[in-house]
Amino acid sequence: MDQFVLNWIFIGASFALYIGIAIWARAGSTSEFYAAGRGVHPVLNGMATGADWMSAASFISMAGLIAFVGYDNSTFLMGWTGGYVLLALMLAPYLRKFGKFTVPEFIGDRFYSPTARLVAVICLIVASITYVIGQMTGVGVAFGRFLEVDNTTGLLIGAAVVFAYAVFGGMKGVTYTQVAQYVVLITAYTIPAIFISLELTGNPIPGLGLFGNEVASGEPLLAKLDQIVTELGFAEYTTRNSDTLNMVLFTLSLMIGTAGLPHVIMRFFTVPTVADARWSAGWALVFIALLYLTAPAVGAMARLNITNQFWPEGTQGEAVSLETIETSPEYNWMLTWQKTGLLNWEDKNGDGKIQYYNDANADMQARAESSGWTGNELTKFDRDILVLANPEIANLPGWVIGLVAAGGLAAALSTAAGLLLAISSAVSHDLMKGQLTPDMSEANELLSARIAMAVAIAVATYLGLNPPGFAAQTVALAFGIAAASIFPALMMGIFSKRVNNTGAVAGMLVGLIVTVIYIFLHKGWFFIPDTNSYTDAAPLFLGIKSTSFGAVGALLNFATAILVSNATAAPPKEIQELVESVRIPRGAGAAAADH
Amino acid sequence: MSDKPENNAYWAANIRIVTWCLVIWAIVPFGFGILLQPVMPGFAFWVAQQGSILVFLAIIFFYAWRMNALDREHGVDEQ
Repeated sequence: MDQFVLNWIFIGASFALYIGIAIWARAGSTSEFYAAGRGVHPVLNGMATGADWMSAASFISMAGLIAFVGYDNSTFLMGWTGGYVLLALMLAPYLRKFGKFTVPEFIGDRFYSPTARLVAVICLIVASITYVIGQMTGVGVAFGRFLEVDNTTGLLIGAAVVFAYAVFGGMKGVTYTQVAQYVVLITAYTIPAIFISLELTGNPIPGLGLFGNEVASGEPLLAKLDQIVTELGFAEYTTRNSDTLNMVLFTLSLMIGTAGLPHVIMRFFTVPTVADARWSAGWALVFIALLYLTAPAVGAMARLNITNQFWPEGTQGEAVSLETIETSPEYNWMLTWQKTGLLNWEDKNGDGKIQYYNDANADMQARAESSGWTGNELTKFDRDILVLANPEIANLPGWVIGLVAAGGLAAALSTAAGLLLAISSAVSHDLMKGQLTPDMSEANELLSARIAMAVAIAVATYLGLNPPGFAAQTVALAFGIAAASIFPALMMGIFSKRVNNTGAVAGMLVGLIVTVIYIFLHKGWFFIPDTNSYTDAAPLFLGIKSTSFGAVGALLNFATAILVSNATAAPPKEIQELVESVRIPRGAGAAAADH
Repeated sequence: MSDKPENNAYWAANIRIVTWCLVIWAIVPFGFGILLQPVMPGFAFWVAQQGSILVFLAIIFFYAWRMNALDREHGVDEQ
């Protein structure tokens, strides 16, 4: 069967499944709409959190970033899983005990101030929209490939699908849809990885195969990979090439940001008890870890396969010929991906072969001179295509390719929908109903929620046409913003009785504004290209890249809030009692029933 | 709700557990995964790409188990 048709059968079947479940378990009240009822088992809630969390960045983009950089990009793995420890130990049980629906609601009540709630809404919207831009980048890559159109058209079609999906249909009120999406995406991610790991190392578990021996050479896989990439002038895969400070701060920003992202935090409002909130965070990480333990193997093995395809006789032999690329079925993936504009090559020296090497490396320049090469001829390889192209590169059966297509879209759609729900509930529940028009009817609340979603998608699509980086890098900026603004306010609200309204508002504003300005100075104002004054290659402050700045922003937030609070009056007695009660699990059921 | 000194003892015990968990949470990825990379590159690579994730899982499940027991010891669990 034609691959194009097969892809659409898998995508169509998975969508039919989600829509079927959505209809079967339709949300009835606003309570179910926002928090999916409170009757969800921790294991299922963990799976749904996994689907919400693992986005286009995790599924489509992350392994590609690891593949072409190696050890340095382990920061994504540690950062995006380590944040769950902060979430489980410092936020989840207390927010569940507090028993409301949204993050701004907690901040508004704890800091007894509508201003604090408003500032939290702004922080939430800025972080979430940046995150949706990253999703749109990934959606564009996936739709571009599977509709066989260019990336821009793919992005516009993807935006229309996300819009229809989030505004009219499923939403995330239905936890069971997300459980199905998790199952689709994890199956799609692991099956090709298992095939490839068996093929290369004989070990069916990719995370173990990565540290095993390559069957073909009998050498350790990583040693083999280090050898061939260095022979082509690239940096060694397993060693560190970036500086310690940025690695530490970037990892920390991703961790704190994970615990500050509203669409993830919202999930912990939906479990039945405080004890379940603790278990839920653990189960969420179990299901996330299945993908994150596999991703580094996917990256390393894909890099090995790609390099071998370009140098079929080994790195010291002859490069692959243009004729082979154009005629051999093994190289068919290159022709299909070329159509998206995300992969390209050019026979610069006209020798009928495509030499792929690092032309900035001095040793390679010497070899190029003696061999008559005139530069690297693999002119474009977008990191975001690696995971989707991976089964084709490894020559896996057509149904695996179709499955990966469905999985990538499940990842992007579930997260985009979750974020859009967070944005729309902040606008309709916290901003409109909570502040501007408190007597708004329930129908108007839902209408304003949908308008907010539509505006958010339009903005994200427009900016997604010129994204500030690959999907995972854009998403990393969103984490920086969440880390600098939301997490410190939540944490201090629980762990300190002394931080007051003035302190919290000042802290959030300083964290948000300083971080956003730092990012705009490096990535362009509102991410518009060529409006930046600095680059991440030569950053403004202490060599800290804009992607790593979230941790600094969080520190500024904490420091400002504590200094300002100590200079102003302590919170009133009833707020101190509220903090006391949030810290004690007993009575959680009552708190939930009050609403 | 139980009386105040009992709640303070519960909260102090919670802070101790959280602190120790966070110490391990920080040492494994930042210490073994990143800072000690020049000293033991092979182990650091494994910690950065596999080990730290497994440690995070262990921390969260230990915390959930320990805290749920602590709730009962101090009589502040949900009934």
